[in-house]
Amino acid sequence: MKSEKLTTDILIIGGGTSGCYGALTIAESFPDVKVLICEKANIKRSGCLAAGVNALNAYITEGRKPQDYVDYARKDADGIVRGDLLLTMSELLNEVTERLEKLGLVILKDENGKYVTRGNRNLKINGENIKPILADAVNALPNVTVMNRVNITDFSVSDNVIKGAFGFGIDSGIFYTIEAKAVIVATGGAAGLYKPNNPGFSRHKMWYPPFNTGAGYAMGIKSGAEMTTLEMRFIALRCKDTIAPTGTLAQGVGAKQVNSLGEVYETKYGLTTSQRVYGTVMENIEGRGPCYLRTEGITPEQDESLLKAYLNMAPSQTIKWIESGKMPSQQNVEIEGTEPYIVGGHTAGGYWVDTNRQTTITGLYAAGDVSGGCPQKYVTGALAEGKIAALAAAEYISGRTVPEITESETAVYLSEAEKYLSGPKPRFTYEQLEEAMQTVMDSYAGGIKTNYRFNEKQLTLADEKILMLMKLSDDLHAESFHELMFIYELRERLIVCRSLIAHLKARKETRWHSFAENLDYPDRDDKNFSCYVNSKLVDGEIKIIKRELVGEGQIYEHNDRQH
Amino acid sequence: MSIMIDSIKCVGCGKCAAVCPGSLIRIEEKKAVIKYPKDCWGCTSCIKECPVHAVKFYLGADIGGQGSLVHTEESGDILRWLIEHPDGRVTEIDINRKESNKY
Repeated sequence: MKSEKLTTDILIIGGGTSGCYGALTIAESFPDVKVLICEKANIKRSGCLAAGVNALNAYITEGRKPQDYVDYARKDADGIVRGDLLLTMSELLNEVTERLEKLGLVILKDENGKYVTRGNRNLKINGENIKPILADAVNALPNVTVMNRVNITDFSVSDNVIKGAFGFGIDSGIFYTIEAKAVIVATGGAAGLYKPNNPGFSRHKMWYPPFNTGAGYAMGIKSGAEMTTLEMRFIALRCKDTIAPTGTLAQGVGAKQVNSLGEVYETKYGLTTSQRVYGTVMENIEGRGPCYLRTEGITPEQDESLLKAYLNMAPSQTIKWIESGKMPSQQNVEIEGTEPYIVGGHTAGGYWVDTNRQTTITGLYAAGDVSGGCPQKYVTGALAEGKIAALAAAEYISGRTVPEITESETAVYLSEAEKYLSGPKPRFTYEQLEEAMQTVMDSYAGGIKTNYRFNEKQLTLADEKILMLMKLSDDLHAESFHELMFIYELRERLIVCRSLIAHLKARKETRWHSFAENLDYPDRDDKNFSCYVNSKLVDGEIKIIKRELVGEGQIYEHNDRQH
Repeated sequence: MSIMIDSIKCVGCGKCAAVCPGSLIRIEEKKAVIKYPKDCWGCTSCIKECPVHAVKFYLGADIGGQGSLVHTEESGDILRWLIEHPDGRVTEIDINRKESNKY
């Protein structure tokens, strides 16, 4: 591989929602600061918003306060949230919304020019082109360089201070050493850890990007960063088969969850995100499946609008309605749970950060799905975190010089990449090992197969088997730079799996049905677990750290950080 | 779900390949090729880029697909979705980019 060195003030890893907004923020407030965005796809359509989104789900509507949003998120997560992070995010939700509108996003307004709201927190938009809008704005910034198709694999950290990162061009095959005064990691969450619904031809569906492999978590874990609440997995309740989001049906047209007998069951189990999934699982177990969103009887105008709304976000659902010849008004929409994900934008798993979104590695900031403690971010929350992290990173670099990454350090990472390209062909491919990993997680770590439930013995087995797959992955072989990325992605997922298993094991209670349902500890245990479960890789072992809850109004700093 | 690329229509401009969030499309011998069809997640970014409508999207049979092929055409503010059914019928849905979702 050819090797090149790049230097920047701030490196942003991942040009999705929060990464792009971080760059916009720095350019606006610190126009002299040089920013480099490394994106493994192309910022025009990368990340969660590739197909678009048809609502902004996090907005402070008239008469409500940011604190109301904090209260909602805390209730939904049964208390395990960071009040400081939620409040600082909520305070920016409306500002970033207005900014998006100025950039060109179409938001529904009434005759008085006020946003039309959907429920207490949502706005209706035409967001098919939300990502191209953000990308155009970023590409126009003079001091921001975007490198598409560059996959970052490792951080460079010395004495717990960030120095930059390593990666390679998936088309060019050039190996990059990037020196930066500060780094913002905005790589999204982790999909593809568990065996999905329809694991064959249609194994990926248009909801969470299968290309979000947990790279950011894995890089942090490898570098000794502290992670939080990975055990609060996210399982989405989705339209069956297409895995299209259901909010437009549930909140937009008021469709209730009903079982096959036509009974509304959602009230029986509770209305938090995890309870809605759990209720659907239970109705199926007890023989009252399948479950649906009751759309029968809505108007033809609503049908028409839904067809368009889904084309702007998850086109396969509209195609499904049209191909079946039955509109939602004529047939209820069947729903099911997805495989579990780690997504800090929905639940609270991710980097343990201070109030400014600095991780436990000095100079490394985290924003969006990769950042923990702050669930229910959605699009606007990811933008808000991009802004908070960007401002903090820009202040941090003031007066600092670019750290040096030595050639010998580069050689370590370069030789690892070259090893995969040059080694002999092993018995297994990355795809086979990925399938094996998903089967292990499905069977032993609470996948779809076990109705999301697990016990300690199963988790112990899961860990043993994941470790074995990690060893096998050492010998993988890549035929191209693209396949090299697939190998790194698999290894990232395996690292995240191990930390996830450790977290699931450590929370010896069941606070969230389905999300973390431990059959050895079926009840909630507030006495011992009204706290965060955090983890850190120390000498190859995952060390669990319990931390006290942090409320809003507090400024949380990493006081026990070692550097 | 995945895409099909009509290699006769394809002009090899590379726009679909550039924008795919999974980098799943490659240009080989001046034609776009979907290298990893099972990794497509159905975001339809590529079909919106194609200037000659050579890229079409379909639902896999395993998730209930019936064999329709989908592409889009753009004219001014209108993004037109065309769903070609196997029996030759075409369903068209026009979306005005300036109009918001109503639900």
